[in-house]
Amino acid sequence: MLLLLTPTAEAEEVTLWHSYRGAEQQALDAVLDDFRSVHPGWTITALAIPYEVMASKLTTTIPRGNGPDLFIFAHERIGGWVKSGLLASLDEHVDESERALFLPQTLPPLQFENTLYGLPLAFKSTALFRNKKLVAQAPTSSAELLDIARRFSKEDRFGLAYQSDSFYFHAPWFFGHGGELFKTEAAIDYNGQAFVDSLSFVSRLQDERLVPAEATGALISSLFNSGKAAMVLSGPWFTGEIDPSVDFAVSPLPTLSETGLPASPFLTDEAVFVSAFAKDGGSALSLARHLAGRESALTRALVGRQVVANAAAWTDPRLQQDPILSAFRAQLPTTVAMDNRPEMRDAWEPAQLGLKKALRGGTSPAAAAAAAAARYRAITRPVPAKASAQPYIVLAAVAMLAGLGLLLRWTTGVVRRGEARSALRSWTWAGPATLATLALVFLPFLVGLVLAFFAHRQGDWTFVGMANFIDILLSRSYGPTQPMSFYFALVVTLLWTVLNVALHLGIGLALALILNRATLRLRPLYRVLLILPWAVPNYITALIWKGLFHKQFGAINGFLELLGLEAVSWFSSFGTAFFANLCTNVWLGFPFMMVICMGALQSIPTDLYEAAEIDGAGWLSKLRYVTLPLLRPALIPAVLLGTVWTFNSFNIVYLVSGGEPDGATEILISEAYKWAFTRREQYGYAAAYAVLIFVILLGWSAISARLARQAEGNA
Amino acid sequence: MSTTSPRKHSRMNSILSHAALVLASAAAIYPVLWVLKMALSPGQSFDSSPSPIPEAISFEHFVAVTSHSDSAGTWLFGHQLYNSLLVAITTTAVGMMLSCTAAYAFSRQRFPGREAGLTAFLLTQIFPGVVMMIPLYILLDSAGLLDSLVGLVLVYSTTSVPFCTWMLKGYFDTIPRDLEEAAIMDGAGPWTTFWKVILPLARPALAVTALFSFMTAWNEFILAATLMNDESMFTLPVALQRYVGEYQTDWGSFAAGALLVSLPVMLLFYGLQKHLVGGLTAGAVKG
Repeated sequence: MLLLLTPTAEAEEVTLWHSYRGAEQQALDAVLDDFRSVHPGWTITALAIPYEVMASKLTTTIPRGNGPDLFIFAHERIGGWVKSGLLASLDEHVDESERALFLPQTLPPLQFENTLYGLPLAFKSTALFRNKKLVAQAPTSSAELLDIARRFSKEDRFGLAYQSDSFYFHAPWFFGHGGELFKTEAAIDYNGQAFVDSLSFVSRLQDERLVPAEATGALISSLFNSGKAAMVLSGPWFTGEIDPSVDFAVSPLPTLSETGLPASPFLTDEAVFVSAFAKDGGSALSLARHLAGRESALTRALVGRQVVANAAAWTDPRLQQDPILSAFRAQLPTTVAMDNRPEMRDAWEPAQLGLKKALRGGTSPAAAAAAAAARYRAITRPVPAKASAQPYIVLAAVAMLAGLGLLLRWTTGVVRRGEARSALRSWTWAGPATLATLALVFLPFLVGLVLAFFAHRQGDWTFVGMANFIDILLSRSYGPTQPMSFYFALVVTLLWTVLNVALHLGIGLALALILNRATLRLRPLYRVLLILPWAVPNYITALIWKGLFHKQFGAINGFLELLGLEAVSWFSSFGTAFFANLCTNVWLGFPFMMVICMGALQSIPTDLYEAAEIDGAGWLSKLRYVTLPLLRPALIPAVLLGTVWTFNSFNIVYLVSGGEPDGATEILISEAYKWAFTRREQYGYAAAYAVLIFVILLGWSAISARLARQAEGNA
Repeated sequence: MSTTSPRKHSRMNSILSHAALVLASAAAIYPVLWVLKMALSPGQSFDSSPSPIPEAISFEHFVAVTSHSDSAGTWLFGHQLYNSLLVAITTTAVGMMLSCTAAYAFSRQRFPGREAGLTAFLLTQIFPGVVMMIPLYILLDSAGLLDSLVGLVLVYSTTSVPFCTWMLKGYFDTIPRDLEEAAIMDGAGPWTTFWKVILPLARPALAVTALFSFMTAWNEFILAATLMNDESMFTLPVALQRYVGEYQTDWGSFAAGALLVSLPVMLLFYGLQKHLVGGLTAGAVKG
């Protein structure tokens, strides 16, 4: 895409996408207002997009010309974006003197293959927060840090709190032990000494109970605010979570005593990018320059509390004297920029896996590292050889012709038998629904089917024939009995589906039967309370369930301890982690079945019960001979579709166990999602998974359609 | 129900029923009380104790969520609430209309293509959505339906129609045919029979499917976030997702928003309840 990034006429339109909220959004609004007052004729539209969908929206909308002209985002996806042709190069427009306006460490992250693609606005890294009442002097070495932590930690008090199971927060220990990115072909040398040493370091932290296990952001702020965590390893965003009553300070991370190297956190640039499809790249760039400029940087720093990348802004005494901002500024020289190559994103999942494995205990750090290396090999599987498309096209054409032939034969059969009129009449009733569904579901479905025969890497599609299917079915990277293999996930999925549907139906039906008693008091109240789990958005309730299963702070372990039982580390073994997922999903899903059953129970004439009672039937035989048979026609669709939905519901697994331990609780659909979105967008492979899921469910629906017909026959 | 049992027996029954319901309700509420605790705790300071009762109460998150506006002073929360209601209600209306007629045909008429049609509905539910997002986006883009509530309603209705059709068909199957036959004898056409006889009898099932359709549209955010760009076009669940940041989530506001989002669902369900009891079938058959 060739772009002239020079402003054209006045009266321009620029659309900017960002995910800022709160103070950062306020600062951005102020900065945009400044720009509007200088360029009164321009229309500047700033749209706030939820962070979670921003990246996928950018890759979907920009190539179709529906994206923004400018957007603000972290730098780590640049490589992938450039390869997909989303970004305009700024190389020729931003000369040396302009580049010198920014802190020198903040520019390299924005370059990909020696070309500049964005202007840095702010940078983020972690540093050390401490409660000044508990820790007077910031530790300068890891030995000091451990000393302080050991003195403070006991029971529910922790010397240091941070998200120890996230590789982002773990990075300082990795780099502090001499780790480097892309020392080998993989971004992280999993079997190298640095990674293994860093794993031993954190297992020790955890074994000595100096850090809380399974710490989430919410838990950390709660511990720090209540004085139960002396130090916290976190970034600038943490400042906003600290209670005003806590007297705290921020300082750069210490050096590792064993190596003498600084514990260097990852550096992330927040930058403004010009889209390759910008309607007027020149105007977009001038707005980008304004956003990155000194005046704007001051507003962003003082109002939005950003650690800004503009060097000149740091000459302002208000910034220099700001203890928090300047602490992060002081951390900058000892940071390691997140690599922006697409290969970096592959390194993430294995690193996380190794880290969690080491923290869980029971395995040596070296073994955990080896597991990470194996996972890396599996997800970076080579692109299969290009296959010839001809036989497939011929096959598809033959199938289409055969389909058309069958349709023709069927139609002529209908006409010959004189059923055309009745068919036409009935289809005017059923047609609109069918057509609407077909258009919006079957077309995308066909596309998905075709994709399964391709391999996709960063915008490159290769026709590979059946290779994706063969890879999955032969489970080449992992043995069939290991997590992440198709067969293992299949067994887990079947178990997951059967248990969920059985429990949903069992609990839902039982409650509906109880609620159906006409003499029951408070019925409306119970009914409304019992559908709460369905009504509240499950994103938040699923995460609350995850919290309930927390090892140290979860209410469920609290309850077990109350009963004199031992606390369970829920996400450490398959059985308990699966149980946690199951509990959550049963809780979320029973109200739906309950409501269905409540509706269906109304179709049973009461005189049938009366007749049964006259025959001397107890409640059990009434249930067996009256209720259940008569509920069947209404329950079959609910069970049938409930099964399909449960089979394909990835978000509970994702939110609660996250696949822990080692991906063992992943189900087929969550594997497919991982291939599509986190493992370098291998859409073709994900589509092959989706097709296999389709085939399995097709078998299931054939069986259940037969059941439904039987029910129809009985009715 | 059991008139033959002695009074003592029925009291025992009633105690057991209440015990089971109280237990189930407690389990249903406990996690939701946690959401309430997060929403009511000032700042981000909710504690991590198992007690779901907040230490301090503040309505700041509710105020922040409901007063959310953009820099131009547009009251975004109001817009988004309106969008959500409009989309969910229209989806319910469109979805119900399409699926009631289809379900009636599938239940009462035997016609060529009936089996295939029912199976096709089922098939639409079993293909995982993972690879359908981008094709769907392109389809709606070509139809000029991006950033439009019409596009959203269309997508949601077609998502809920297959289930609603199957569900209603199952229910229609249980309605005795004598009633319709009587109506037909009186000279009513299929439309009158459907409208005057079947639909009133199917009230419980209509209530259930309406609730389902409403929920399909009401809580969905991934598609809505993909198809909508403009913040004033967002639905509430998309707006809610804005509180989830890259490194940090504003749990207080998210929880407050989640509770506000679930309120209309509860109200709707409360209103629909009366249709879930006292099905007409028994009386109608006798009469």
